[in-house]
Amino acid sequence: MSSYFGTIKRGAETVLGGLKITIEHFARATKRRDRLSPQDDTYFKQPLGLVTIQYPSEAIPTPPFSRYRLHNDAADCIACDQCARACPVQCITIKSFKATPDDIEELGTTSDGSKKKLWLEQFDIDMAKCMYCGYCTYPCPTECLTMTPVHDFSEFDRSNFIYHFGVLTKAKAAEKRAKLAKYEEEEKAKKAAAPKPAAGAARTPLAAKAAAKAEPAASTETPAADAPKPAPKLSPMMAAKMAAKKAETGEGATAPAGEAKAADSAASSADAPKPAPKLSPMMQKKLAEAEAKRKAEGGGETNA
Amino acid sequence: MLLKTILLLASSSVAASTMPSAELNQWSNWLSELGVPGLLLIPAIPLVFIAVYALYVGVYGERKVSAFIQDRIGPNETGKWGLLQTIADILKLIQKEDVVPAAADKTLYVLGPVIIFVGAFAAYAVLPFGPAFIGADLNVGVFYAVSIVSIEAVGILMAGWGSNNKWSLFGAVRSVAQIVSYEIPAGLAILCGVMMAGTLSMHGITLAQSGLQADGTNNGLGFLNFFIFQSPVAWLAFLIYFIASLAECNRAPFDIPEAESELVSGYFTEYGGMKFAMIFLAEYASMFMVSVIISTLFLGGWNSPLPNLGPLLLNEWTNGPIWGVFWILIKGFFFIFVQMWVRWTLPRFRVDQLMYLCWKVLTPFAMVALVVTAFWEMYVRNPM
Repeated sequence: MSSYFGTIKRGAETVLGGLKITIEHFARATKRRDRLSPQDDTYFKQPLGLVTIQYPSEAIPTPPFSRYRLHNDAADCIACDQCARACPVQCITIKSFKATPDDIEELGTTSDGSKKKLWLEQFDIDMAKCMYCGYCTYPCPTECLTMTPVHDFSEFDRSNFIYHFGVLTKAKAAEKRAKLAKYEEEEKAKKAAAPKPAAGAARTPLAAKAAAKAEPAASTETPAADAPKPAPKLSPMMAAKMAAKKAETGEGATAPAGEAKAADSAASSADAPKPAPKLSPMMQKKLAEAEAKRKAEGGGETNA
Repeated sequence: MLLKTILLLASSSVAASTMPSAELNQWSNWLSELGVPGLLLIPAIPLVFIAVYALYVGVYGERKVSAFIQDRIGPNETGKWGLLQTIADILKLIQKEDVVPAAADKTLYVLGPVIIFVGAFAAYAVLPFGPAFIGADLNVGVFYAVSIVSIEAVGILMAGWGSNNKWSLFGAVRSVAQIVSYEIPAGLAILCGVMMAGTLSMHGITLAQSGLQADGTNNGLGFLNFFIFQSPVAWLAFLIYFIASLAECNRAPFDIPEAESELVSGYFTEYGGMKFAMIFLAEYASMFMVSVIISTLFLGGWNSPLPNLGPLLLNEWTNGPIWGVFWILIKGFFFIFVQMWVRWTLPRFRVDQLMYLCWKVLTPFAMVALVVTAFWEMYVRNPM
């Protein structure tokens, strides 16, 4: 019998307790919490009350270090392409080309003093593809690519998610490209006109050989390295290209810088059309790839 | 300005309060003398009232109350403070296609919501909306209200069976079991109030709490005349009737006929559009109905709770036909608020707990209250 009345007593007490709690919340509905960021010191000392944040019309501020939409400060960008390579989803597209020596002044320097050597023709980030990992921001040498606290940027058209950070107008890009082509033409003409230094010519095959030797282990596996062996008379151009390729893939990291430079100079000296003799189709393909890659990556890292 | 108007109204009704019996039902009597249009208008007034009240107090009020209890804002985009939200909801419901499931028993399915609504609405005939307006001042008013509402159980069973759906049937069976069970403590608790008034007429019960003395003057005690303060066990009867009325309206914590988490929405799972709106309206209509019955039985109905304080004749000033409407609505809405408050506080009962509460707790206590009230009436309030 006592448990019967005990149950009733407990039931009444808990019901009244619950009603007390809910009416307290009801009475508090005139007050509301402020729209404070969790960083705020008073965040946990706010008055109790309505907690709803009516999002589109009001928002809790995101902390200044929060990492959402990417932003590239084009004035500081040296078009090194490291962000595009770091991106796991390939959402960054960079197009750049060399500036002629007289334009280096116009390009100026970045805020940290690095010299800019490339025209940044296109720097597109597709935020629809971006997965906000932030990997692109770490290798940036000038810290121009950053993640901003802007997190709400919905669009009705997916193409609007491609953010263009390139500063060059189309007309200017075309003008500068033409200028570069003309400059290269002139340089070539100059090189052709200048007498070929005999020592240079004698040195180039040697340099090429050294470059080929730099990777003795891999040479047996890769057909590209395989081919030169039966043909001792390696053209200087080919050697240069191979050296450049090795330097890019990182396999040639052990090779002395001097060799790479030598190969480069060989390449520039041998720019005149000189068909490489009897290259296997495989080999030609490999070379073309290496060349294309070198060009795409701004060519100028070692070269310009 | 407003105060002046109120005072004017009050002073004009002082005369009315001195002779209340002569003024009783003057509006409804006047309407019924108009012939057929007047007779049609009498039921139309509570119908319009139900619609407006269900829209604003029922749906909008409930959403706001639940929101505030849960630290939310509630509807606030449609119009000022979201006031047009329920209008938008109704427009949506009206536009919906009137679907009847292919496997349903069409007659029962269509008749179910109608009977549910008619059952709830028919009880409004005896609800006194102030001293001057009542649909029908029956001498068996309370008995009529209790019994006509029982028709709802039939409608619910028709809806649940006619839907040809397991959830609906389960919900209907539970609902009927619950309503039938809880009518017993509710009926016993109502009897306590009826014994204290000595009449079943709703107006009679209200007049018994108005402080009217044998010489025709009012004692002006206000709320002290209400039955809940006139007997040591009236509060128990009041509480039992309130709990039982929650169960009869299928309100939480007695909403096992709906039980969203197990039965989708119980006996109206298959209903949509206007048929659903009718069931919904019936639920809100019966909520107000039980609130008015409980106010009439224990809290003086349309009588003002304010007592006369010396020269301040508050009780006289705040009585009269218009004040009566005001007081009955305020009391009714207060209980509706309490129903909402309880709903958003307590979790749902299990079926066995529901029956335990009804048969083992409420019914014995109602019996005790009944017996004690009977002796109190015989030996204390009306000693022989």
